[in-house]
Amino acid sequence: MERRAYYRNKGLPWLLIAPQLLLVLVFFYWPTSQALYWAFTLEQPWGGGNSWAGWDNFLAIFHDREYWGTVVRSAFYACCTTALSMFMALTLAVFVDRSLKGTRAFQSVYVWPYAIAAPAAGVAFRFIFAPEAGLVGAINGLWPGIWNPAINGYQALGMIIVCHSWLGIGYNFIFFLAALQMIPRSISEAGAMDGARPVRRMLDLQLPLIAPTVFFLLIINLISSFTDSFGLIDTMTEGGPFGSTEVMVYKIYFDGFKGLDYSGAAAQSIILMLLVVALTFVQFRWVEKRVHYN
Amino acid sequence: MIERSRIFDIVTYAVMIFGMVIVVAPFWITIVAGSQSLQEVSRVPIVLWPSSHLWDNLLEAWTRADLGPKLLNSMIMAVGVTVAKISLASISAFAIVFFNFRGRMICFWLIFATLMLPLEVRIVPTYSIAANALMPFQVILDTLGITGLVETLSGLRIDMEWNLLNSYPGLILPLVATATGTFLYRQFFMTIPDELVEASKMDGSGPLRFFWDVLLPLSRTNMVALATILFVSTWNQYLWPLLITTDRKSFGTVVMQLKSLIPALNGTQDWNVTMAGALIIMLPPLLVVALMQRWFVRGLISSDK
Repeated sequence: MERRAYYRNKGLPWLLIAPQLLLVLVFFYWPTSQALYWAFTLEQPWGGGNSWAGWDNFLAIFHDREYWGTVVRSAFYACCTTALSMFMALTLAVFVDRSLKGTRAFQSVYVWPYAIAAPAAGVAFRFIFAPEAGLVGAINGLWPGIWNPAINGYQALGMIIVCHSWLGIGYNFIFFLAALQMIPRSISEAGAMDGARPVRRMLDLQLPLIAPTVFFLLIINLISSFTDSFGLIDTMTEGGPFGSTEVMVYKIYFDGFKGLDYSGAAAQSIILMLLVVALTFVQFRWVEKRVHYN
Repeated sequence: MIERSRIFDIVTYAVMIFGMVIVVAPFWITIVAGSQSLQEVSRVPIVLWPSSHLWDNLLEAWTRADLGPKLLNSMIMAVGVTVAKISLASISAFAIVFFNFRGRMICFWLIFATLMLPLEVRIVPTYSIAANALMPFQVILDTLGITGLVETLSGLRIDMEWNLLNSYPGLILPLVATATGTFLYRQFFMTIPDELVEASKMDGSGPLRFFWDVLLPLSRTNMVALATILFVSTWNQYLWPLLITTDRKSFGTVVMQLKSLIPALNGTQDWNVTMAGALIIMLPPLLVVALMQRWFVRGLISSDK
């Protein structure tokens, strides 16, 4: 939609947009280009500026088996949290959408997880899963030593995945419910007239109709599980035991701020950026093609 | 609901109650553990019913994590980001939508491209810019030779420095530098009919007056919606405050304090205090979401789509 009633003024729009442009240039474009610069250079240990390193930083990462470990782990983590969180939220939204009596109370509670800071949820879940405490840890009373995320890396990763999925329920639920409520009643009624039972209608009518939302959430969830896991991991496991919960973001933080390897961290940042940008582009392309289902 | 089916209704309630249990369980456990004494919380298996020590635990967590000043810092950060983002977003969206000026589309894309990369993925260089926020300008002046020119002409050396570490601007500004709010405002301004602009022009109002007297009042609900999500998401920030504040004592936020409340591996396992502290820290954003749900949901859906 193009607007016709423009104001004409030479200086004013620039004055209005300047503060945001300045902020974006200083805190977005400068750091992003800085990351590029660092990724292709190497800082001299005795000072005296950076020397050109070409692709060496990237090659060093690609030859690092530990790095590939974090990539595979991040991908696994992202797929699990996305699937789990979206599945739970979609199930709840589909049933809430039937709007039986008293549904409103359930509906407003399902949104709550969104309000919780990841580290706060991390602390709560750490207690729930603590091997010495009396919740999940109680299982150790029956089979001693069967549950100990402080030693068992798979259990530690599983614990974080569960927590991250729980945190995502609220957000996903809001979007799924909004999409389901946009479907005209007449369509579902027509389906019912033709003899489609509720489950059949869910699978053959509602799901295809909310496909754009499903896809949007899929991308958003994938991006957030690649980038947003720091708060959880830092409070729950700190990447341990033995690096078994170290994902890409955590390694960037660790190499950059603890190891002071800016070039390596920058190269890793660039790879993560490319990943996020690629996911975003997939979304744009797909949405453009498929969203006009009417 | 279209047809009546008892069985399906029962299934619906069963699933919703099951979902409720999953969603509420962590909150319940936090409250229960936060209200128990050390003996009660260490019992295996734990009794999932609140006890009477909530107040003591809250006080203990409050002093141990120094939550008073930290709550104030969190509040300053969250309110600061919310206010700054809404003001900047509304005026820059206004400029983009209602003015015809050269470079309009470039500005638009420059701002909206920031939606693509979250702060977490560019965290290391953003941290380095925070040590001197004026560095980009210094570098630009240096490369253009202006620094040298001024130095030879006046004898003064241009040396700009603005260190953001351990300061409120440092906590706030980098979080403001994204386009979430701008996007929402742009979407809203696009729905304003041209006739409204023409009518107010006819009545002799300039652009600023139109913005202040017509657009802002119209956008009030959007503003509330945006404010709720900004407040919640800023309050819950963790990585950025962690990096920018080396002086935890005076500039730390509450969410950062959570880690210091976790019992040490070989220390007393007083999870009751940890949970009481977590309760305090969770409460403000939870209240916002629970009480302002209508606006919150609306803001979320319209700003992310």
